[in-house]
Amino acid sequence: MKKLINRPEDFVRESLIGMAKAHPDLLKVQFEPTFVYRAVAPVPGKVAIVSGGGSGHEPMHAGFVGLGMLDAACPGEVFTSPTPDQMLAAAKQVDGGGGILYIVKNYSGDVMNFEMATELAHAEDLRVLSILIDDDVAVKDSLYTQGRRGVGTTILAEKICGAAAEQGYDLQQIADLCRRVNLHGRSMGVALTSCTVPAKGTPTFELGANEIEMGIGIHGEPGCERMSIKSADEITEILATSIFEDVAYSRTVREWDENKGGFVDVQLTDPEWEKGDRLLAFVNGMGGTPLAELYIIYRKLAELCEQQGWQIVRNLIGSHITSLDMQGCSITLLKLDDEMIRLWDAPVKTASWRWGI
Amino acid sequence: MVTKEQILQWLQQFASAIAQNKEYLTQLDAAIGDADHGINMDRGFQKVANQLSNFAAQDISSILKSVSMTLISSVGGASGPLYGSFFLRASTAVIGKQELSNEDMVSLLQAGLDGVLQRGKAQLSDKTMIDALSPAVTTFTQIIREGKTTTEAIQQATVAAEQGMKATIPMVAKKGRASYLGDRSINRQDPGATSVYLMIQSLSEVLVESLVTSD
Ligand SMILES: Nc1ncnc2c1ncn2[C@@H]1O[C@H](COP(=O)(O)OP(=O)(O)OP(=O)(O)O)[C@@H](O)[C@H]1O
Ligand SMILES: [Mg+2]
Repeated sequence: MKKLINRPEDFVRESLIGMAKAHPDLLKVQFEPTFVYRAVAPVPGKVAIVSGGGSGHEPMHAGFVGLGMLDAACPGEVFTSPTPDQMLAAAKQVDGGGGILYIVKNYSGDVMNFEMATELAHAEDLRVLSILIDDDVAVKDSLYTQGRRGVGTTILAEKICGAAAEQGYDLQQIADLCRRVNLHGRSMGVALTSCTVPAKGTPTFELGANEIEMGIGIHGEPGCERMSIKSADEITEILATSIFEDVAYSRTVREWDENKGGFVDVQLTDPEWEKGDRLLAFVNGMGGTPLAELYIIYRKLAELCEQQGWQIVRNLIGSHITSLDMQGCSITLLKLDDEMIRLWDAPVKTASWRWGI
Repeated sequence: MVTKEQILQWLQQFASAIAQNKEYLTQLDAAIGDADHGINMDRGFQKVANQLSNFAAQDISSILKSVSMTLISSVGGASGPLYGSFFLRASTAVIGKQELSNEDMVSLLQAGLDGVLQRGKAQLSDKTMIDALSPAVTTFTQIIREGKTTTEAIQQATVAAEQGMKATIPMVAKKGRASYLGDRSINRQDPGATSVYLMIQSLSEVLVESLVTSD
């Protein structure tokens, strides 16, 4: 293993200390329990947006803490969900009286830890709702699996909901908006190489020199199909087609019900897209892929969208939700409406994204 | 009777077993998950092991609750809330006890199992911890109900846990990360079922060992 680290066990901590030193105007880092929060927090009256997950996906989530996006992020160990005490402490730190929305990626660990945190928060009279992101079309069914994983749509939801919070939306409105963004976002990824977790020191999976893994998540977990390497155009076509041809995905998720004071099962189905729909096209690098390659993917994606009758009205190209040093990419398409476009364009000032300001 | 000292020894023994099998558990998780199960469990149980001497003054229920809190705040992943729920619910089944009768042991294990089921919503044959834990608890209860000794019950429970663990090999995972693999999860042993086997085996070692030395 060749990495720019000191000791594997200090990977997360030292990276966070570096972040705090680099961006004192934007964020603060707290340890034991660990969370990153806005330098100016809480914002009185505003709904606070809190997310979190395993580390190794940088800039997600800590790189998105700041004006117009997250109020706090809870980093876990590499690829391991953070713990309920982190989530609870973060919520208390940034609660400005408007309540807190947890944005949770659908992985069993994240879901269970955030559920525990939500229960603990309510026991302490905090107002917390949580919304799951499950946008990975590589996972076909929800009956025989944990359900779709949360990938690219997560950060689009964080941006859109963060802007809504800044503009004074209330907690229930933001939760509804977050759910809507999730239902309208779809992703699919490919790996050209495995990643190497620092604490493990060897690649998580073996991939032959001429093999690629289709339908991967963001933790180096194997995907749904192994195939031989193909041209960028062919790979883009496989990824995009999986998204285009995805039919109304249905699942049951657990959401906090404020009237019942507990979690309830909610049945959700993705709406169908229609020709002429406006899309945000997000080509994401997995951490070890050069930007130039992502543009090669985008070039073909734009062509395919045009052929299919979708209009790309916003785009995002870069490595924003990564899997350590993995080579590969993912495509996320989000069907936009006027409200989402307005919120996407709204000002943001974080360590990673800055626009409109 | 199971004493408080034996409960503390069990936790110590389990922590050592996790440390010894850290690489192995992580390797199992690399095949069908994300290569962190051994690392997660070891992080939590080293912390538990370091705190055991501080717990010694508490009753059994409080010890189990402290273990739960340590696990919940340090393991992370899926196994943090699941093992955390196991020990939290187990603690509520033996409130105020300084030693445990056979029936108390049945309640402790049964409550722990219920905690994992409620938190994770997995069923038998989903290829999870439940596939080792559920048969172990059922067997333990059954042997005790037949009027046999604690050591006999825990030895049989260990056999059941081992069989349950091995039975996960041909299963298709339906919960957790491994479920994303579909049929590709076949022919792999579930890491969580493996750590549960170590937990039951550790308990057996402690109970059988103390029987031998007290003879
Ligand atoms: N819903 C569930 N119910 C019972 N056991 C589960 C469930 N989900 C996962 N498991 C168990 O957890 C084990 C994996 O634990 P591990 O510590 O590796 O967490 P993880 O799934 O990798 O968490 P994270 O996704 O946050 O990294 C599996 O082998 C399985 O036995
Ligand atoms: Mg794992």
